[in-house]
Amino acid sequence: MNLAPDPFMAWTLALIQMLLFIAAAPLLAGWVKRVKCHMQNRAAPSLFQPYRDLVKLFRKDVVLAENASWLFRAVPYVVFGAFILAASVVPLVAAHLPTAAIADVIVLVGFFALARFFLALAGMDIGTAFGGMGSSREMTIASLAEPAMLMAVFTLAMIASTTNLSVVIEHNLHAGLVLRPSLLFALLALAMVAVAESGRIPVDNPATHLELTMVHEAMILEYSARHLALIEWASQIKLMIYAVLIANIFWPWGIAEAFTPAALAWGAVAITAKLALISIFLVVWETVMAKMRLFRVPQFLGFAFLLALLGMLTHVILETGT
Amino acid sequence: MNLANLSLFHQALLVAAALVLFTSFMMLATARIRPLIFAFAWQGALLAIVTALVALVSNHPHLYISALLTLGLKALLIPWMLHRLSTKLNILHEVEPIRHPSLMLVAGAMLVIFSYYVATPIVHLSTLVTRNTIAVSMAVILLGMLLMVSRSKAVAQVVGFMSIENGLFFAAVVSTYGMPMIVELGIAFDVLVAMVLFGVFFFQIRASIDSLDVDRMNRLSEKNE
Repeated sequence: MNLAPDPFMAWTLALIQMLLFIAAAPLLAGWVKRVKCHMQNRAAPSLFQPYRDLVKLFRKDVVLAENASWLFRAVPYVVFGAFILAASVVPLVAAHLPTAAIADVIVLVGFFALARFFLALAGMDIGTAFGGMGSSREMTIASLAEPAMLMAVFTLAMIASTTNLSVVIEHNLHAGLVLRPSLLFALLALAMVAVAESGRIPVDNPATHLELTMVHEAMILEYSARHLALIEWASQIKLMIYAVLIANIFWPWGIAEAFTPAALAWGAVAITAKLALISIFLVVWETVMAKMRLFRVPQFLGFAFLLALLGMLTHVILETGT
Repeated sequence: MNLANLSLFHQALLVAAALVLFTSFMMLATARIRPLIFAFAWQGALLAIVTALVALVSNHPHLYISALLTLGLKALLIPWMLHRLSTKLNILHEVEPIRHPSLMLVAGAMLVIFSYYVATPIVHLSTLVTRNTIAVSMAVILLGMLLMVSRSKAVAQVVGFMSIENGLFFAAVVSTYGMPMIVELGIAFDVLVAMVLFGVFFFQIRASIDSLDVDRMNRLSEKNE
């Protein structure tokens, strides 16, 4: 709220931030993979390996199943588009961009739901056993994860009295050092939902193909070439969105509020450091946890929902009072 | 009451109180004996922290003694005794399947809302700095009861009972800044004696029905249905 720059510059910045978001998502995936390899004493691939994989996939020819409908071909673009729009809503380097003002967190959850719905449809479109199985599992997990995420979001919204992400971040930034039990619970719930939704261990294993327990991979088993590239890229963006959400909402320090070069550069450095730290935490979590049985997942997400609910209740009981 | 206007210790007190509530839910969700005992020990430790912070915020130095007593008894001694008993009975790694785990957690959340509803009039009348945590302490008592009701193994029920006692102590600390020292010492030793008696009971129950599953006491006949 320091200064209101001319709309043209603000929109340009918003566009640049969105492009940066999309371009950096494979880098984050590469970083996670690299740290994980180091943790497990394996030779690590280059940081830029995900880019090479994407380029390779884009060059290949598409192989389509005979009974694939138009829906199957359209879904990768719909999914990728939904995640681009979602990425443009999340403040990465700077808060108060015009894109953040037109959509709030609930719309963000809506984008995720849209992408998931079409991906599940595509999984069933071909009619293979794996696709249907993956779709049904994905929807089961989603139907449990979404209420937990919304409940955590409502807790944040009650603290900051708004559902707008930029304003929530700014509220947390200016609140100073306030210990809030509700924020602690919301953070834990959001982290558990993020793990489940972005298909990481213990809910799903991102590193395996052709395993009976796979969820996300089962749905996209029939995709190839540029379609597969778009979907993989979209899921990398999804991971990044969750990481940035957690980093910027709970540790907003460093995010640029004024559109000056110095503030923006500092914001970029801050978010890079925060993301690097969060991915190290994710890798440690993935290394020490074992993948849980599919039938235990509802319990895991039920606990996430409970945490979010506790966040809301502690906010009402302890923090507002009378 | 605006949270940002409170002192940092007061905020820490609220966080610790919320974590005590969280450990109650942890106990409700864990099926294994060992994590159950550890969650109980954490609850005791957090309760000691809450007591010490109440002493600091409300300026009642005698509560420091209560905090030390809580730490020694409920965070160290009783969990250690439970752990040793479970090792002796060879049930440390036993898993007790929880019936309707998600339903239990939702029921627990309902109990929290209920205790908030019950405590609201008290909160309106009270002028204590810790008045907001009264609802949390009542919820800890009710959650301990829920733990006792929902489990059939004797050790889990004892943990539930001890957790009810934790909740009562919590309520005493936050609603009246602790009981007179003599009462507090008396209760502490009562709890300790209860723990010793429970230990004897465990062996008795196991010797007579060959299991720690108290549901089996309902059956009178020797035959297995």
